[in-house]
Amino acid sequence: MHIVVCIKQVPETRDVAMDPDKGVLRRSEAAGKLNPFDLYAVEAAVGIKEKLTGRVTAITMGPPQAEQVIRESFLMGTDEGVLLSDPAFAGADTLATAFTLARGISLLDRPDLIICGIQTTDGDTGQVGPGIAEFLGLPHASYVRSIREITREGLLVEQDLGDRIAIVSLPYPCLITVGKGIGQPRLPSFRRLLATKDFPVVTWGSKELGFGDEVYFGLDGSPTQVERIFPPKIEREQIIFEDGDLARQLYQKLVELKFVG
Amino acid sequence: MRYEKLTPTHIDSLRAILDPARVHVGEAISEDYSHDELAYDRLYPDVLVEPISTMEVAQVLRFSYQHHIPIVPRGTGTGLCGGAVALHGGIMLSMARMNRILEIDQDNRMAVVEPGVILLEFQKTVEEMGLFYPPDPGEKSATLGGNVMTNAGGMRAVRYGVTRDYVLGMEAVIPGGEIIHLGGKVLKNSSGYSLKDLLIGSEGTLAVVTKLILKLLPRPLRQVSLLVPFPDLDQAIDAVPRIMGASIIPTAIEFMQREVIQAAEKYLGKPFPDSSAPAYLLLAFYGNSIEELTAVHHQAAHVCLASGALDVLIADTQERQEMIWEARGAFLEALKGMSEIDEVDVVVPPAKVAQFIKFTRAIAQDLGARILSFGHAGDGNIHVYILRDGRPQDEWRILLGEAMDRMYREARDLEGQVSGEHGIGLAKIPYLQASLGDAELHLLRGIKQVFDPKGLLNPGKVVG
Repeated sequence: MHIVVCIKQVPETRDVAMDPDKGVLRRSEAAGKLNPFDLYAVEAAVGIKEKLTGRVTAITMGPPQAEQVIRESFLMGTDEGVLLSDPAFAGADTLATAFTLARGISLLDRPDLIICGIQTTDGDTGQVGPGIAEFLGLPHASYVRSIREITREGLLVEQDLGDRIAIVSLPYPCLITVGKGIGQPRLPSFRRLLATKDFPVVTWGSKELGFGDEVYFGLDGSPTQVERIFPPKIEREQIIFEDGDLARQLYQKLVELKFVG
Repeated sequence: MRYEKLTPTHIDSLRAILDPARVHVGEAISEDYSHDELAYDRLYPDVLVEPISTMEVAQVLRFSYQHHIPIVPRGTGTGLCGGAVALHGGIMLSMARMNRILEIDQDNRMAVVEPGVILLEFQKTVEEMGLFYPPDPGEKSATLGGNVMTNAGGMRAVRYGVTRDYVLGMEAVIPGGEIIHLGGKVLKNSSGYSLKDLLIGSEGTLAVVTKLILKLLPRPLRQVSLLVPFPDLDQAIDAVPRIMGASIIPTAIEFMQREVIQAAEKYLGKPFPDSSAPAYLLLAFYGNSIEELTAVHHQAAHVCLASGALDVLIADTQERQEMIWEARGAFLEALKGMSEIDEVDVVVPPAKVAQFIKFTRAIAQDLGARILSFGHAGDGNIHVYILRDGRPQDEWRILLGEAMDRMYREARDLEGQVSGEHGIGLAKIPYLQASLGDAELHLLRGIKQVFDPKGLLNPGKVVG
């Protein structure tokens, strides 16, 4: 079984400078880490590999230093790594990113399963995973909260659609995006660090991906542009219960706010 | 010692000293004030007062002295040895409302605080300012005053020392109501007997602290933790002196057993990142750059592997570290959720930790009881918990007596001490007495006598 896991390097903190001309994050200035949601994607991929045997390829698009997250995924159990990196890829929106990743994946040994994190902590859109599936013409399920069954033919997953849970059966090849429900991601292993030191990370630029004059990648291939990034406004509300059955009132409020079912 | 019984007239006098809304009697005293975190008997004070100023504390102490009424100072009551329990009734002096951070002196890197400031809040406040208060006891809702009065240690003691190392000065009130000032905003002090150091760890038996001057450090910018699985606890503990011997100074070295980890998983409702091995070491490293930290933690990882570790798991991001340390912080509560427990908090020379742990396992087997331990493998302070597991009261008492006697005797034989950081309170007095010679006990009692000739301040604690 060949599983591809798509990962991304995100800024370690939220204090990242913006490029005022392009409306994109200045990634090179911040220390990076593996997108927290992708930890679940890697965990799911490595977990399935351990059950069914096979191999896991980690793929990312980013600047040369994004190799670091591929190496980190090796420490969690992935076997191969591909970095899509080219100055021409910079400034990509979700569509251009999905296009580029899909092209990269299409050049790999035909994968049975592609797993992405449900979203990144820097962009928070959740669009790249489904975008890749569309470009590759694969069935997909986003927001997968648990994998019920894994067989040689396909997956049975629970998809969290907010107000309901869909139970979806997907034949291979397919793509899923996963989050917390998948289980605690394993920690990077020092033994794996020693064992994977010489593992190569393949780097492909636009030439290797066979991009010619098409304008589907990078900043030019991005129909959406970020105008402004700002921290969300946090509203705090204080309610004081004074008379009557305080526990009941508090309970009703918590139900109303959906903190308890 | 005989004390005056509190009368309605006494209550009226206290209500003249403090706002009557801060003087509570009878049913108005919450059950919380009748015990600490590990006492199962309920002992209520006759009156609970909540001063908000040094002057009020001084007046209450003067009142207690004049009327011969015992008085027990208390923070948030998170102690584990009965130190903040009103053994003889009388006045309970809750310091929780004196909770202002009075000054953060960036130039001198010092803070001036009232004793009721909560540790967690203080740590957060100074860290937001780029500063760092290293003492880090597990119980983050304790007050700084309580930390000072027990000389609390915590996880970072391996590298940074204990609370005592960060107390530069204090204002306190002695029995009779006189206000004293000890130490100050100075980093060195050879000016006579260090009364400040005498008060640190005195568990409210000599004076009531009303202000503290604390030393701060610049905040380290980065941290990495290593979770190291071992095939058994003995191998885990045996690795500790090798790590220390390799000139690596971690900020913390904790050891833990799978049984305790599983209890914490259940208590928190969250899985721990790894529970496949029977025993673990948890190491933390602080530093200012990735390069510096990587070099150190790789060196430590090699030492661990050479000492029989199954692997070394790296927690290098905030999320990964929180997963681990949150569980570590919940160990005590998790154990309390399993069974009624009692604890031993001995400290032995760091190189003797393995020997002591092995001893506790041997007596657990011998006595047919569950005895679990976790703690600070790097500084020799071990927390051992004896689980009641539903035994009837008389059987439980016998088991405790036997287990405790043996463990304290072993600690003594290993040249250890009765308490590493929880204090003596009332629970450990017999063991302290057994560990000290007549001359030492005589000195301790003499000191108590000088500060508190009428024996009114936290009677029945530490020196009995």
